Amino acid sequence: MTTENGSARSLRHSYFEATARQRLSWLLDEGSFRELLSPTESSPSTHLAALDIPGAFDDGVVIGEGALNKKPVFIISQEGQFMGGSVGEIHGAKIVGLLRRAQRDKPSAVLFLVDSGGVRLHEANAGLIAISEIMRAILDTRAAGIPVVALVGGSCGAFGGMGIVTCLCSAIVISEEGRLALSGPEVIETVAGVEEFDSRDRALVWRVTGGKHRYLMNDCAALVEDNPVAFRDAATQLLADNAFAPPGLAAQQKNQSRLQARLEKFKDMRDGLQVWQALGIQDPAAIPMMNCADLTRLQKELYT
Amino acid sequence: MVRRTLRPPFTIPQLVISMEKLEYHFSTPSIKPAVGAVICGVVGSGNLEVLVRPADTAASCTIEIKTSARGFGNIWQAVLAEFISQHAVGGTHIAINDMGATPAVVTLRLGQAIRQYAGDLR
Repeated sequence: MTTENGSARSLRHSYFEATARQRLSWLLDEGSFRELLSPTESSPSTHLAALDIPGAFDDGVVIGEGALNKKPVFIISQEGQFMGGSVGEIHGAKIVGLLRRAQRDKPSAVLFLVDSGGVRLHEANAGLIAISEIMRAILDTRAAGIPVVALVGGSCGAFGGMGIVTCLCSAIVISEEGRLALSGPEVIETVAGVEEFDSRDRALVWRVTGGKHRYLMNDCAALVEDNPVAFRDAATQLLADNAFAPPGLAAQQKNQSRLQARLEKFKDMRDGLQVWQALGIQDPAAIPMMNCADLTRLQKELYT
Repeated sequence: MVRRTLRPPFTIPQLVISMEKLEYHFSTPSIKPAVGAVICGVVGSGNLEVLVRPADTAASCTIEIKTSARGFGNIWQAVLAEFISQHAVGGTHIAINDMGATPAVVTLRLGQAIRQYAGDLR
C-alpha cells in the first residue's frame, strides 16, 4: 500500500503536525516499511457504523514492520486526527496482534508512535478491554526481551489509558510539544472545576503535562525537538545503547517507591514552576523558553 | 377550568447525527495502477480519506462515500463529475470516508489520490 509519504524527512517538517503515515515513513529507513492489515484488508469500526459515524479504513492506527538504521523493528503509529487517536476495538486488536507477533518474530524493538486521548468512549467496554489488553501485551513483549519504545510528540499527546500504556513502555522519547498524563486538562476542569485546573491556560497545561516537565521529572529517556530527524535519531540511539531494564518485580517496586516519594514531595504544588524550583532549578521561569540541548544538560546535572 | 396538556414552551429541534452513504458510477477511460491500492488523507475534522483500489470494470469507476454531513448529494455529484472530466479513472473503485471536507479539499484529495495511484506522486 502506498501512502502519502512523498516528502523526505527534513528538519523543516513538524512531527506534531504530521499524519500517522508520514511519521512512520520518516522514522524508518527509506522504503523499508511493510504494512500489516493495510486499509484494504483492515475493516472500519463496527461500533462507529452502528452509531452512524464514518469510520476510518485502518481504524486510526497503522501497524507493520520495517528497519531503523538497518535493525529490524516493528512499528505502531496512531492517527491523532481521527477521533483523537482513540483506542477502539479494532484499533486495539491491531496493536495487540502486532505486539504478540513481536514476541514470536523477535525484532530489535517495537516503536510505538503514540498520539491518543485514550479509550474511544463510543466503544465503551470494548475500548476499555482493548486498553487493558495492550497493557498486558506491552509487558509480555518486554518480558520476552523486546524493548517497546514510546514516541510522544503528536497533537493529542498521550492521555487516559494511553498515558498508562506509554508509561509501561521500556523508554519514552518526547518533544516539548508532546504531553503525557492520565486525565486530560478538560476532564479535570469538568470534574473538579476551573479553580482546580484551567484547561484554557495552554502554558499551564504544558507546564504540568508537557514534554519538558516530563523530562525534568525523569519520566522520559530523551527530550527532542519537534522534527522527524530528532525523533529518529533519539530512537536509533536508544536501540544502540540497549540499556533497557526488563520489567521485573524489583524494578517495579523501586519505581513505585520513587513515585510515592515524589507524590509526598510535590503534592501541594499547583504549577510546574513550583515543582522545578523544588527540584533545585535556579531559574524555573527560564525553562519554557529553553531549547532541548540546554534543557537536556540541565536535566543531566539534576540526576547525576 | 381549562385543562392544557403539558408541553415544552418551545419546539425541540430533532438533532440528526447520522452519516449518509452515497454511491456514484461514472464511465471513464481506464487508468493503469503503479503499485495497487493507495490511500491518502485522514478522517479528521474538515478532511477525508480516499482509498483507490483496482476494479474489474476497465471503462468505469465506482465511487462510494460515507459522510458525516447529510444532504450534500448534489454537491458531491457536481464535484465528482468535474473530477471525472479532468482525470481518466476507469478500472478503479474509490471509497471515501468524509468528516465534513469542503468541495475544494475533496477535489484536491481526489487529485492527490489518483496521481499516487498512477505513480506520479510517491
